[in-house]
This record gives sequence, structure tokens and C-alpha cells, in this order.
Amino acid sequence: MTEPGELLERAVAGERRALGRLLSLVEQGGEAADGIAEMVHGQASGQAAVIGITGAPGTGKSTLVGHLVDGMTSSGARPAVLAVDPSSPLTGGAILGDRIRMDGVAGGRAFIRSMATRGHAGGLALAVPAALRLFETCGFGPLVVETVGVGQVEVDVTRTADTTVVMMAPGMGDAVQANKAGLLEIADVLVVNKADRPGAEDTRRDLEHMLDLSRITGLAQHWRPEIIMTTATTGDGADQVQTAIQAHQAHLADTGQQEARRQARIRQEVLDRVTQHLGTKASQYLSTNPDALREALNGDRTPAATAAKISKRLLSNQPPI
Amino acid sequence: MTQPAAATGDRAPIRVVLAKLGLDGHDRGLKVVARMLRDAGMEVIYLGLRQTTDTVIAAVEQEDADVIGLSMHNAGHLALATRILQALDDEGLDVPVIIGGIVPEEDVDALVAMGISAVLHPGASAVEVAEAVRGSLGDRSVRD
Repeated sequence: MTEPGELLERAVAGERRALGRLLSLVEQGGEAADGIAEMVHGQASGQAAVIGITGAPGTGKSTLVGHLVDGMTSSGARPAVLAVDPSSPLTGGAILGDRIRMDGVAGGRAFIRSMATRGHAGGLALAVPAALRLFETCGFGPLVVETVGVGQVEVDVTRTADTTVVMMAPGMGDAVQANKAGLLEIADVLVVNKADRPGAEDTRRDLEHMLDLSRITGLAQHWRPEIIMTTATTGDGADQVQTAIQAHQAHLADTGQQEARRQARIRQEVLDRVTQHLGTKASQYLSTNPDALREALNGDRTPAATAAKISKRLLSNQPPI
Repeated sequence: MTQPAAATGDRAPIRVVLAKLGLDGHDRGLKVVARMLRDAGMEVIYLGLRQTTDTVIAAVEQEDADVIGLSMHNAGHLALATRILQALDDEGLDVPVIIGGIVPEEDVDALVAMGISAVLHPGASAVEVAEAVRGSLGDRSVRD
């Protein structure tokens, strides 16, 4: 196995295969990933724009990303894409089918990497920021993260981006759906794709009303997401999405929110790592101290009280029960 | 629920790029193969139709793929196999290539002789397909 240090030198020099290998190592986690994180530290400025794209399956995220990336490369940028698809909870396998929609852009200046969620409890949340830093160290930017808008981890990953684009398509619900809590609330840019299909204008109207209410209730004071109509299969509207993303980034810079988002990202990453660390410790504790569960199993103590007792012991480094 | 690979020290799933090269529209078989490999616990990077050797090589590099699976139903297997193996060689990539689809029996030896790892025929079972992928990696099937 080639040493990570040598791989990083080669990746920074532009060797794509070396970067591909490094991405696998950070995705796998563990000591190798930690070592790479140390090497990369200080090399990535953390200033590359991170754009998150999310939305329900089949709304056209990957197809639109293909057009966005195309536009970015034409204007001289070197974008990198992290396209996340789910792993099977049963077998751990996955069909990573985002790249197929980004036809023709992968061979040029852009770098596209597909990533499976691998069922990690928090693993994806750790792998994504590490991969983004690698991209940046190798001179890529802007950085695009595409996730399916289902599952808290996937939504959180996108939410920590500088600009979050949420994609909709017509026929997926009425005004009540639009006002339910969730995905739409985190949008900085809203895209109604499949604008050539019946009902696209209705979807747009429902979204406008939803945004009006956000203003009335005081939830959104400073930024009203623009709603862009697109037809990703032809690329219609992709330019406007790009313009809206840039407008949002200018807004972030003007209001000092860019720095706030960067800090929020770091906070989230530290929190995710601490959570993972403690989770692993707790799991090991239960494996090595089967008696710790006994009171909960035979009904003498509630699961909550058992958990409180174990947590107290773990955090104070007391010996097992 | 699968455990995080990092926490258990498990090896990462095998990553396979699946594609059809050139003018060849019969992708139903490749979609079935993708599902077979998914259910065998592998990660499939599905490129689908009308790919070129360049797009396959780019995907292998960027996706850090372990194996390439090419589906062929246009009688171009001898020419296309030569081309992909040459392209891999030019790039210094040591990634096994498996061909599946309609390949006459008399061409199988020629394909294997030029360096194709395995040839899968119509009707190959899910177990045979997964075994061909694992077999093509030899002792590399346990990733570092």
C-alpha cells in the first residue's frame, strides 16, 4: 500500500487516481483517515464555497448538478462533486447512480466522487467534511455535495453547506405539504425542476405562499430564497440557479454569515466526532459488561434509568457496575 | 443494521464500475448485474449506456474502483476489450476487467488471453456474477 503522505503529494500535483485512493481512506475512517486529516490540516484554507443540493429522489438533482458543474468549468473553476447515495441496510451494498446523470463533465476539470452512506451511525457526517478538505487541498472549488433529502444525516450534511439548494418537482404535494416542517425550511435557493410538466406553476405558487408565511411569522427576516424553474434534462434554468447561488454567497459575505456558517460547520464536525467516540465507548462497555443490562432486561429498572447509570459511570471513568 | 466499517475494522465494500461502451443500447442485463452486485454487498458505480474508454478510466480513477464490468451485446467485444485494456495499460492502472453479455464461445479464450479476467454469459447466476468479481481480485479482494 502506498503511504498516504506520498498519495497526498501526488494528488496535490494533480494525479486523480491518488486523490481517488485518499478519498477511499478518509471514507473508511480510522487511523489512516486521522493521519490524512493531520496532513491536510493547514493546507486547506476552508474558504472554498460549499454548495449543498438536496431534495426527494428523482427530482433531478444529479442532472442539474451536471449542468452546474459544466457552467463552473466553462468559467474557469475546478469544481468537485461528492454525490451521496444510500447503502442497503441489509447487505451494505449500494448502486451509486448519480454519475450517470453527469455525463460528459467528469473527464474535464471537474472531479466527481460517489459515496455510499454505508449505514454509518454518523460515519457519513465524518467522511463528508474530510473529503471536502481533501478536494480543497488539491485545488478544487466550488465544492458540491449532493444528498437525497431523506434521513437526518443526509439533510444535516447538506445543511452545513454555505448555500443549500432544495429541489422540488411538480406533483409531489399541495400547499399543506409545502408548509410542513423539514426540508424546505433549510433552503437558500429553491428549484422547481421539470418545469415543462403540468403542475409546475402550482408548485411554484405553493412555495411562494410558504415563503410569504415564513416572513409573516418572522422565521425568515434576512433572506428570501429565490424560486427558480428548471428543466434539468435540457439545462433550461441552470444558469439562473448558478446566479441565485452566487447571489446568496454574496449575501453571506456581506452580512458576515459566511464566517458564522464556517464556524457552525466546525462545531458540528467536532460534535459528530465526540458523539461517535462516546457511542463507540458505550457500545464496547455493553459488550464487555453484559451485567450492565441485566436490571433493564429483567424489568427491575427502566431502560432510561439504566442508561443514566451507565452514562454516569462512562463519563466519570468509574469501574463497571 | 450494518456497523460502521471504521468501528468494526471491516474491510470497505468492493467498488465496481459498470458500463456499456459505444453504440449498444441493451442495458437490461447490466441493470440486473448492478442489482446482483449490490445484494452481494458491493458498491456499484453505474455509468450505463454510451460510455467511452475515457469516461470509464476517469470513473475508475475518481471512484477508486476495484473492478470494471463491461456489458457487450454489439459483437464488438474483441475490439472494445483490446481498447480498454490498452487504455488501462497506458494509464498504469491495474484494475481487472470482466465482460458480460453475448460473447460466442470461440471468442472467450481470446479475451482471456488478452487479459480479460472473466467472461459471463447470459443466465449467469447472482452467485456466479459476484464470484467472478471477487475472483478477479484474487487475494486483493480484502482491501487495504
